[in-house]
Amino acid sequence: MTAQTIAVPPPARASGAGALQRLSTWLYRHPRLALAILLAPPLAWLGIVYLGSLLALLAQSFFYLDGFTGLIVREFTLRTYAELFTGSNLDIILRTTVMATVVTLACALIGFPIAYYMARYAGPRLKPLMYLGVMLPLWSSYLVRVYSWKLILAKEGIVTWIFAKLHLLWLLDAILSIPVIGGPSLSTAYLGTFLVFVYIWLPYMILPIEAAIERVPRSVIEASADLGAPPRSTFRHVVLPLAIPGVVAGSIFTFSLTLGDYIIPGIIGSSRPFIGQAVYSHQGTAGNIPLAAALSVVPIVIIAIYLRIAKRLGAFDAL
Amino acid sequence: MAVIAQALGDRPKAPWGIRLAALAGILFLHLPLALIILYAFSAEDKSYVFPPPALTLKWFPLAFDRPDIWAAIGLSVRVALIATALAIVFGTLAAAAIYRSSFFGREAVSLLLILPIALPGIVTGIALRAAFNIAEIPFSFWTIVVGHATFCIVVVYNNAIARLRRTGSSQIEASMDLGANAFQTFRHVVLPNLATALLAGGMLAFALSFDEVIVTTFTAGQQTTLPIWMLTELVRPRQRPITNVVAVFVIAVTFLPILAAYYLTRDTHEVHGSGK
Amino acid sequence: MTEGNLPAVRFVEVSRHYGAVKAVDGVSFEIADGEFFSLLGPSGSGKTTCLRLIAGFEQPNAGAVLIHGRDMAGVPPYERDVNTVFQDYALFPHMSVADNVAYGLMIRKVRKAERRARAEEMLEMVKLGGLGGRKPGQLSGGQRQRVALARALINRPRVLLLDEPLGALDLKLRQAMQMELKGLQRQVGITFVYVTHDQEEALTMSDRIAVFNHGRIEQIGRPGEIYEHPATAFVAGFVGVSNLIDGALAARLFGRPEAVAIRPEKIRILPEGAAEPENAWIADGRIRDATYLGAASRYYVTLDAGGEMVVIEQNQRTGASDTLAAIGRRVRLSGPLGEALPLAAERAA
Repeated sequence: MTAQTIAVPPPARASGAGALQRLSTWLYRHPRLALAILLAPPLAWLGIVYLGSLLALLAQSFFYLDGFTGLIVREFTLRTYAELFTGSNLDIILRTTVMATVVTLACALIGFPIAYYMARYAGPRLKPLMYLGVMLPLWSSYLVRVYSWKLILAKEGIVTWIFAKLHLLWLLDAILSIPVIGGPSLSTAYLGTFLVFVYIWLPYMILPIEAAIERVPRSVIEASADLGAPPRSTFRHVVLPLAIPGVVAGSIFTFSLTLGDYIIPGIIGSSRPFIGQAVYSHQGTAGNIPLAAALSVVPIVIIAIYLRIAKRLGAFDAL
Repeated sequence: MAVIAQALGDRPKAPWGIRLAALAGILFLHLPLALIILYAFSAEDKSYVFPPPALTLKWFPLAFDRPDIWAAIGLSVRVALIATALAIVFGTLAAAAIYRSSFFGREAVSLLLILPIALPGIVTGIALRAAFNIAEIPFSFWTIVVGHATFCIVVVYNNAIARLRRTGSSQIEASMDLGANAFQTFRHVVLPNLATALLAGGMLAFALSFDEVIVTTFTAGQQTTLPIWMLTELVRPRQRPITNVVAVFVIAVTFLPILAAYYLTRDTHEVHGSGK
Repeated sequence: MTEGNLPAVRFVEVSRHYGAVKAVDGVSFEIADGEFFSLLGPSGSGKTTCLRLIAGFEQPNAGAVLIHGRDMAGVPPYERDVNTVFQDYALFPHMSVADNVAYGLMIRKVRKAERRARAEEMLEMVKLGGLGGRKPGQLSGGQRQRVALARALINRPRVLLLDEPLGALDLKLRQAMQMELKGLQRQVGITFVYVTHDQEEALTMSDRIAVFNHGRIEQIGRPGEIYEHPATAFVAGFVGVSNLIDGALAARLFGRPEAVAIRPEKIRILPEGAAEPENAWIADGRIRDATYLGAASRYYVTLDAGGEMVVIEQNQRTGASDTLAAIGRRVRLSGPLGEALPLAAERAA
């Protein structure tokens, strides 16, 4: 190879972009500092504003409300937490947890076929449409979606109308007369609350399951068929176990969102409160901020326990 | 070949049971919204009777003339715009810092980013309220913005980091290799790549903020955002027809940015990683 | 005729189209029972589609695929006595290595104790004894490859399909696995159908090779035949390196206007004006460039008669400096006339 000089302009080290260039080089030589500069603003915001607030909340839960003076006593005590285990508070916690569990199960049952169809069968044209069909409700207005159920479940609304047209009003009445879940009308029964919760959180269950099934390589499913497994066995032994992490991820959403919601049971359902409502009324009208704080720690603890169990069951191992 | 096979090959037909369940599920998600649109035209104003006795357009001009609704919309838009702007700045910075480097506490930082949407909204709300109380900050427009920006950051962050991961580091390395400094690389390589992801994240953040009610009830003083206005109507319905019209308006306002965000990122399924 | 005499796999005028793309276009061939048969070709040539047609992941648009004489039309993969080693191994990530290997037996409802014993036996065979408790994610690439092999063999299939199984391994490991696979095939005595784009791999391992191009078979034959008597210019170029001499140049060099291929290692470089050897062709030219390859050197010679030839010479007594010094030198090329391999008339490609 002959040494040939090719005319290449020398690297621009001229003064114009000099300051930025020097700064860039300096940052290149000090990567830790560059990282710190990038991270400082968001961390300052979340660390001070958000984490600070959470700690403030946690601190409040160790204070207590003096029943006689109605003032908050700012000294460390566990008596507010002890209050959680008294009759009505325990009822609230139990009621909310049961509801969250049932809602999660229902979401998984309804969501799985949709996710499975999307991931395995929907063609290249249908899949984006279905995806949008799940995404739109997830991102669209929460309040409007709750409101729609007020219309649907009203005594004079569409559900009653459908039952009447089918001459099944007796069935609706029978359902509503079931002790705990029933009530005067669907919009004032636990059953109604349950329906709305399932409707509102369902997309959060579908998307992670779909993602998990989508991640199963085509060749793995073919390998199962190749080794003699008919579709049903392939589903049971390969697809389902690999979809479980998705179900767990989705259930974390549905479970935690139900635990913390205070709007839905206030609008649709019986008058017996859920954790969120209790927190709201304690911090508001009752002015018992320590109890509100302690109550709002409850969903966090329940979710932490839930995550621990899910991990122990090996739900996170597969992926 | 496998690619062609997937695009054109004969896809297995779903068993009818699964098809039916999927169809029913999608309908379940969408029919309630369709019903609201129908009710906005219902002539009945005292109850939610179905089917509507007659259809009318008269509620739309009535709602249009309501100054309180316009004030609520104005407030919601201003809050959403500022919260989104803050979220874009913070979310992009965080994504740029996290996506490639490994440092002590990286996991903790990403957890911190996700926490505001991972924890129930009521926890975020009451925590902020407690903090404002302790710091003796009066509730105002800005306290609402603070609350909204906090949970919007993660939406932008999720979109930005997904795009950065997909772009990979070789483009950035190539740019540096060809003589661009960090700022030029950001301007000419990173930003053009990131632009649609940021736009999508921003739109989702806007939709999220415009619609937020739980945190807002704790961080607003006397201000009434549109969701707060709706919430009062939901708890005690006094003007059902007007509420129906507002609901239709909200559906329209939130659907458009979501659709736009979806089409901006549709090749990558990025939006999907971002829970609300 | 007993079943044993039937070909293990038989393709009769098989075509597989994706819209306008003809992945496999009217292909016919037979694979004998117990044979190591390779499908060789560049990517997109239809070899993998043929494998998937045998496995049952694809159905032909036309023609018939027969396995041991039975027409496989409409037979799903799980009812075929055929197993596959996938290119990406396709191990089940949620199962242990032993469960992966025993999967076929579990589906067949074999008792647990027997399952475990046979899985361990298979793992021993692929030299992974004792690793059954691990998850696939904890294994190296070569180990995963062996697990995939054990999993496919445990069902004792009559035909084993291998889809570029060594593609993801590094060179040393790949060469070791080639020998092992060949040995394994002799040991278990079942038919191997092996897809690869690596001509050296195909030549090393196969009893017979089918060379694919554009969805058709260019040539089927034993490795020696394919290499020494390529039927078409494509085969001559794809399997090894060849100097393709078109009719016009051949007329000037050999006096016969018939296209031929000449292997670079079958050409000798003689000094300019050297005597003409017996039964050989000669061509004069100048060395345009040369590359030192270590054991051998490659020379690019511009011919006076037009065109260029590549020549490979072993470096028995010469070295790197000799190679470079040769550039620009005038030389005479020569080779046995018998090594100028006549090519079949080109089909329109």
